This record gives sequence, structure tokens and C-alpha cells, in this order.
Amino acid sequence: MNKNIDRREFLKKTGEGAAIAGAVAMAGACAPKKTVETVVANTVTNDGKDPLETGKMELRTNPGNGDQVSLLGYGCMRFTMKKDSNGKDIVDQDNVNNLIDYALAHGVNYFDTAPVYLQGQSEKAVGIALKRHPRNSYYIATKMSNQSSNDRKVAMHLYNNSFKNLQTDYLDYYLLHSLGRGGALGFKGRFEDNGVLDFLLEEREKGKIRQLGLSFHGDQKSFDEIIALHDKYHWDFVQIQMNYFDWKHADGVRNVNAEYLYEELDKRELPIVIMEPLQGGRLSRPAENVVNRLKERDPQASLASWAFRFVGSYPRVLTALSGMVYMEHLQDNLRTFMDFKPLTEDEKTFLDTEIADIMANYPTIDCNDCKYCMPCPYGIDIPGIFMHYNNNVNKGNFPRNKEQEEYQKLRRAYLVSYDRAIPTLRQASHCVGCRQCIPKCPQSIQIPRQLRRIDDYVEKLKQNTLTSE
Amino acid sequence: MLKKIRVILAALCFVAVTLLFLDFSGTLHHWLGWLAKIQFLPAVLALNLVVIIALLVLTILFGRIYCSVICPLGVFQDGVANLSRKGKKGKYSYSKEIKWLRYGVWVLFVVAFIAGINALVALLAPYSSWGRIVQNLLAPVWQWCNNLLAAIAERRDSYAFYTKDVWLKSLPTFIVALVSLIVVVILAWRNGRTYCNTICPVGTTLSFFSRFAMFRPVIDASKCKSCHVCEKKCKASCIDIDGGKKIDYSRCVDCFNCLDNCKFGALKYRFAWGRKSESPEAAPADKTRRAFLIGSAITLGGAAIPARAQTDEDAPVEIQGEGGFADIIPKVAPKRSMEITPFGSESVEAFYKHCTACQLCVSVCPNDVLRPSKNFSHLMQPEMSFERGYCRPECVKCSEVCPTGAILKITPEEKTQWKVGTASIQTMLCLVENGEVEECGNCSRHCPVGAIHMVRKDREDGKRVMVPSVEEELCIGCGACENLCPARPISAITVNGYQIHHKA
Repeated sequence: MNKNIDRREFLKKTGEGAAIAGAVAMAGACAPKKTVETVVANTVTNDGKDPLETGKMELRTNPGNGDQVSLLGYGCMRFTMKKDSNGKDIVDQDNVNNLIDYALAHGVNYFDTAPVYLQGQSEKAVGIALKRHPRNSYYIATKMSNQSSNDRKVAMHLYNNSFKNLQTDYLDYYLLHSLGRGGALGFKGRFEDNGVLDFLLEEREKGKIRQLGLSFHGDQKSFDEIIALHDKYHWDFVQIQMNYFDWKHADGVRNVNAEYLYEELDKRELPIVIMEPLQGGRLSRPAENVVNRLKERDPQASLASWAFRFVGSYPRVLTALSGMVYMEHLQDNLRTFMDFKPLTEDEKTFLDTEIADIMANYPTIDCNDCKYCMPCPYGIDIPGIFMHYNNNVNKGNFPRNKEQEEYQKLRRAYLVSYDRAIPTLRQASHCVGCRQCIPKCPQSIQIPRQLRRIDDYVEKLKQNTLTSE
Repeated sequence: MLKKIRVILAALCFVAVTLLFLDFSGTLHHWLGWLAKIQFLPAVLALNLVVIIALLVLTILFGRIYCSVICPLGVFQDGVANLSRKGKKGKYSYSKEIKWLRYGVWVLFVVAFIAGINALVALLAPYSSWGRIVQNLLAPVWQWCNNLLAAIAERRDSYAFYTKDVWLKSLPTFIVALVSLIVVVILAWRNGRTYCNTICPVGTTLSFFSRFAMFRPVIDASKCKSCHVCEKKCKASCIDIDGGKKIDYSRCVDCFNCLDNCKFGALKYRFAWGRKSESPEAAPADKTRRAFLIGSAITLGGAAIPARAQTDEDAPVEIQGEGGFADIIPKVAPKRSMEITPFGSESVEAFYKHCTACQLCVSVCPNDVLRPSKNFSHLMQPEMSFERGYCRPECVKCSEVCPTGAILKITPEEKTQWKVGTASIQTMLCLVENGEVEECGNCSRHCPVGAIHMVRKDREDGKRVMVPSVEEELCIGCGACENLCPARPISAITVNGYQIHHKA
């Protein structure tokens, strides 16, 4: 490794760029450090028209009650945050208002939140933004997030609070949050034994809940059990994780192939809400050769647009949720869903088989940065570590063994960027393996084991003992 | 001409030595490390006879060239003096040698050196002083600039620069450095080389030899018109025109400022061996010889110094409270029964005996392990502690840069075989033992030599858990376990130094 050359090159480049440096620095200053769903803006479609100005939002009809729901739903799990006077993170309400106004103006009418999102600030922020619009111009979806307690009191508190936060007297779509886990905190414990479900069913009767459904993360057995209960409770809709990777490539243990989920729900004619259409942003930031393949196929299309068109192409899908943090995300997604063009069968196969097969060969971790595991009691930045690792794996040129070409350069890049992304005290080496995070992970990632794997890898890099297995 | 050569060489040496203290990546040492090793006191401490003899021969041949070219503190004073009005216009005047102070300090230094009062030795040694000043006052600025570049690099996806933590490693040392700087600047601003000729023990030691220098500036009394220009230009205040046109060669640092300024060609730098000493108080031969012999003895001889101390607590600050993150309580150094000195230092005693507290190792330590001791008996000399990082198995940077032999050169392979200390477990603090978690083993997992075994234990609550235990003979004392232990602020597993390092 020749550090001096690096440095000289760097300074040279810095010097060359001096003319534009000012502008770049300014732009850089406001640019996000990590984007959740990176978007390559495709300003106009092939025919030269910008659908943002001329297009119409694709609407789907809920067969249960005739709701006309926009195919693009607004996931409100992530928004930009800022620090208040005490240094605490608070949601940037102005930005939320802007985004939601813009979305409504372009036909987005489904807003999905939950009491636990954004460190508990999402419902309130969404409520404030929506209150400024007529109540009949949008649908609110929120959830019973009692994952950590079977106590009926907790559930009641969450339920009542949702009305307060969202400043409404009815909820359009209400979900039993994240079903699919067994044990004491499974469906039976959280909803049946404590009577919470009976209460919610009554609320549906009263019209306080217009549609009652559930969101699902888990294996096939739990899915079958929950869907079997449709006859008993009559679910109005189901929210599942579906994207072109998980269509056929779910690992079968922690989650089920979306193809199976979709077909089972389709059989029962249940409307489907899609979460993770981008698999937590990973489909908009895939490995380099995947990018090349997609761009070859359509140089104009953004990477995210492929993923959205995939889920939108299935007719039983009511809406596909996307967490849009920045205006650029929103605009890119709107371009996909306004004047929506479904994929051809050939294109579907291209994504769910050809592309997904390539992706399956990368040793990435299935984290989609939902931050449910946080805060780690030992201060570790779990999603940050996984995202950094995945990004490097996806770049395709991460250090693999000492004999590799440019190994020293890659090693430095990995270690320096690791320290940049994660403060030393929050790195994987500090994981004690307490396992408190495991039940919180909707992807059922064995977090301590994965952290240890990354820690071992970093340790080998540092000690220069990395050899290919 | 001579002056120009002197100025250029001095500037090169000065910048290079200073960069050694600034370059935390340790890259420059590969090429410039020798500059620290040719410093006088480090060479003496390292018993580097070749360098010592070379420096003495240089002094006997040409005078105190060392002071005006090699010594960074000397060159720094020239720079300060040059900036002052006096330096530009040449308003110095001859002053008598302040003997009581000069030799008093020297005797004090020698006594301190022999008695092992290292704080005093380190305080007076010029190279150490400069090292401290750079490390404490200039390095933070350098690192902030680096961090700025790192921030720009990050924006541009470059890995050329990485961020370096800037933290106060020891307040007493910082204050000492600040006071030294102020004193040196004031003295140099007002009177040029006062420090070098009245306080600096290395200068005084060299003066025993420089008064016999073969080549030296000589005043040709027949040509001299007593215009005093040379005297006014002499930063060392050692030219006495009125007192017999003499130069005190014990104080002359061969800056050559006098030579070119003589309009009458009365000053020449030439061979003058064997001529009667022209110092104002021509010392009797036997006295100077004695001085010479003492100087040599001190210079060449070693000294035995007892060393024993307890470590002070060092509480680093810096908590990052980002949203969605648990606060992390900063670690606090535990009380250690014996301080830990770096791998390659052989024993605590040998380390503190040889160390001149120049902070070079502290500057390059990439893991923030080394910091100046706050303990009075070796104030400013480094010690190891693991609140911010641990002594990583692949790193031997401190051993590569140490100019005094306090840390001998070792390889990473050798490092894992040496014991500098051993870990012990404070059962009460261990999170598994006290029931806070069911499993941990982070210490065991990160031990580079596999010295920590996880053993079964029936906890008080009746649960059977795995707790760490140290195989003392394998443990090398690197601090990985202490640093990565989740117990905070004091780790449940802590390292105590070994008085004498030995093979594990």
C-alpha cells in the first residue's frame, strides 16, 4: 500500500476540482450520508413526457369496501430527524409536511405508520401533516405494536394513543403488527388470550376500524396457521414482504417465498399490502454486476423502479409501501406509479430468476435497516454495521484474501470506511452476545452471530491474515 | 556562505524532526526515524556509542554545530529570535557566563539522571521538550487539519485520509509543554540562546568539548576595529570585544551570524587547534580536563534508577448520543498494581530509565494506548492504558520509533510471545457473574493468544453460566479483554503490568 501516492493523488484531484469544489461541498453538506432507498432519478420517460406533470396515479380498488387506494403507499417509518435543544432527535416536521403535501397532490392516498416508528414519533408527525387535509382524501393505516408485551393495558394504551396522535376518530386500516412469531409473544399471547383481538373486532363492528388486517414476518407454518384463522376472524387485508428477490429466494426458515404468500392470499381473494418492495433499499443498491444487467436492459429506468413495477404488476396488490425520506425518492417513485406500466412476463422472470439468482450468490445480510433491534443496550450500531458490510459486498470489490489484486488498497478502504460509518465504540467487536436483539428482528437475523462474523472478518483484515476459505 | 548552509540544514532537520512527531501514521519514520536517534540524550539513553562518539567528535572538530543544526529546540529558538526585533537588527550584547545557574542546572540534571528522577531529566532535555511541545500543542492542530481533509475525503469517496481522535492525553504534561514553550519563547525573543547556554544540560555537556573545538570562529585582533557588530549579532552573547576580543567557545553554537557581518574581515571560521583558549576566563587545563572526563563518564555510563508507582485514573470524555443509540459510559482506567510499559521495553525499570519522555511513541500509537504518565516519579514518560483501544497484535509502531532504546525493536511475531502484564478478573463487575447477561465471553473471544478460558460456574441464582478465567502464563497483557469488556466504567477484566517482562 502506498499511502503517499494515494494522498498525492487525492490532493491533486482536490486541486483539480477546486473550481467546482465550492459547489460540490455545498451540495455534499446537505446530501444524506446514507440513503435508505437510493434513487437514480429518471427525469423523463422514454416518450419524453414527465409523468409527474401529466400522469395519473394508478389506483387499485379494495374489493372489501370499494376504497380507491393509490398503488404507491407512503411508508412512514423513516423521515429526516434533527436535534432539539437538548440534543434529542426529533422528527423534522416541516419536511414531513412537504413530502406528504406533495404526495397527496400527486395521488398518493395511503399512509402507513405505527406507534413504534421513528422512536415513537411517526404517528404524531403524520397526524399533524394529514390534519391539514380533508379526512376523506386519504387512508390512514396504523398498527397494534404490542410485540413486547401480552398485557392488555399496554395494547389499550397503544390503541387509544393512535387516535390521539393521528387526530382522527376512525382508522381506515388497522394491522396486528408483525405476526408470525411463536412462543409467549406469539399471536395467541398478544391477541387471543388477553382479549385484545375481541376488542378490535368490536371496534371494527363499530366502524372505528374500517379494515382489520395483519402484517406478517415468519415461516410457512405460522403463515398457514394465521391464514387459516381467516375463516374465524375474517381478515380484511394482509401485509406481506414481497419483492423480486424474495419471490423465489426467501430462505424458507425465517421468511417464506413471496410467491407462496401471494398465491395463498390470492386464493382467498384477500387484498395485499406490500412492504419491503425494495427489500429495505437493497434492491436499489445491488451488486455492481446486477446494476449493469438492469441498466443494460433499460438505461433510463431507475433501479428502484424495477422493484416497484415488479410488485405493482400483481393485480391482488392493493398498495406497495415505500419509505420515502427525501423528495427525490418520492418523485422517482411517483414517476413509476403514475401512468403505471406493468412488467411483461418475460421481465418478471428476468427479475425474479435471473437477477435474483445473481444476488443470492452475494453473502450479504438480510438486514433492511428497520432499526427494530435498536437501541442495543451495549450501544452497538447493528443496522449501521450490516449496511456498511452489505454495501461493500455489493460493490463486489471488497477485500477477500491477501493475494488478491489491490488487496492493500481494498483493505484500507474497508477499514477506513468502517471507522467512518461506525464509531469505534459502536462496532461489532463490542457485541457481548446477549441476544436481546434476536426476537426484535423481523427478518430473524441471528444478529450476534452475524456481528461476530463481521468482527472476525475485520480482525483478519487488521491483522493482515485474511485468506480465502 | 557557512551561515546559509547552516540555516538550510537546520531548517531541514527541524522540519523533519517536527514532522516525526506530527505524522501519526508512522510512515515518515521509515525514512526520517534516524533523525530522532541522532539526538544527544536519546543516543546516551540508548547507549548508542556510535552516535555519541560521532556527536562528540563533531563537537571537538567544529564546535556546537549540534546545537544550531540538529537540536530542534535550538533551531526553534533561532527562529523565534529571528522574528524578534532584536534578531533582525542585532541588538545583542556580551553577557557574562552565569556559572552558578549553568553548572548548577547541569549538576542537578546529572544527579537527577543518576538518581532516576526522570521527571526532572525529561523537563530539562531539549529534544524531549520539543517533542512535548509538538505533541501537546501542535499535533492537535495538525490532527484537526487532517480531520478536515478526512471529512472532505469522505465526501469524495477517498480513503487517503482518515479521522484521528484528538484528546488530551495528560493534563500535567500539557501544562509542562505549554510552560516550556512560553519560557523558551520569552528567553529566545529577548536574548537569543540564553536557554541553550544557561539552562540546557545537553548544551553544557557539549560545551565541555566545544571549548577545544578544532575549527572555530576566531577574531583577528589586528584587523578588528572594535565596531561591536559581531557582538551585537551574537545570539549566544559570547563575543566579548571590550573584554579582550574574545569568544567564549563553551557557549558559541556556531551559528556563523558574526562571520559575514564583519566588514573588516577580522572574523574567520578556521582551524585553531591547540591555541590558547580564548574564553574570557580561560579555565585551567586540569579543571577543563576534569570537566571533559566527567562529561564523558556521564555521557557514556549508564545509570541505575529505581522505579515504582501507581497509575492515576484517566477519564476520557466524548459520548456520542445519537438518536436510537444507547449511551455508552466512558471507560475509566482501573488502579493498576504496576504500570504497563510497551512491548519491547523489557522491564518497567529499564523503560523508565531509558525513556526521555519525548512523546514520539505517544504520537504514533494508532490505538490511543500510550499516554504520558501523570505519576510524579515518571511524569511525562509514557504508560499504557486501555480505555480507548488496546495494544493490537499486529502493531509494533512504538518500538520502531523509540530513539532511546527504552522500547527495543520487536516484530509482531515476537510481540505475541512477550508478557508485559497479566489480566485478572474482578468477579463482582463481570456482567455474567452479576446476572446482567446470560452469556458474554467477549474477552475470551478477542484474546489474541487464547489465554482466557470460559469455564462453567453455578451462579448464585442457580443458573449455570460460562465465566472467563485467565491462564496467567499465556496472557501477554495486551489489554484486548480490558478494552472490549462490556462492564463500564471500570472493566471487569483488567491488566496489571509486570515488573520484568518475559517470554510468555
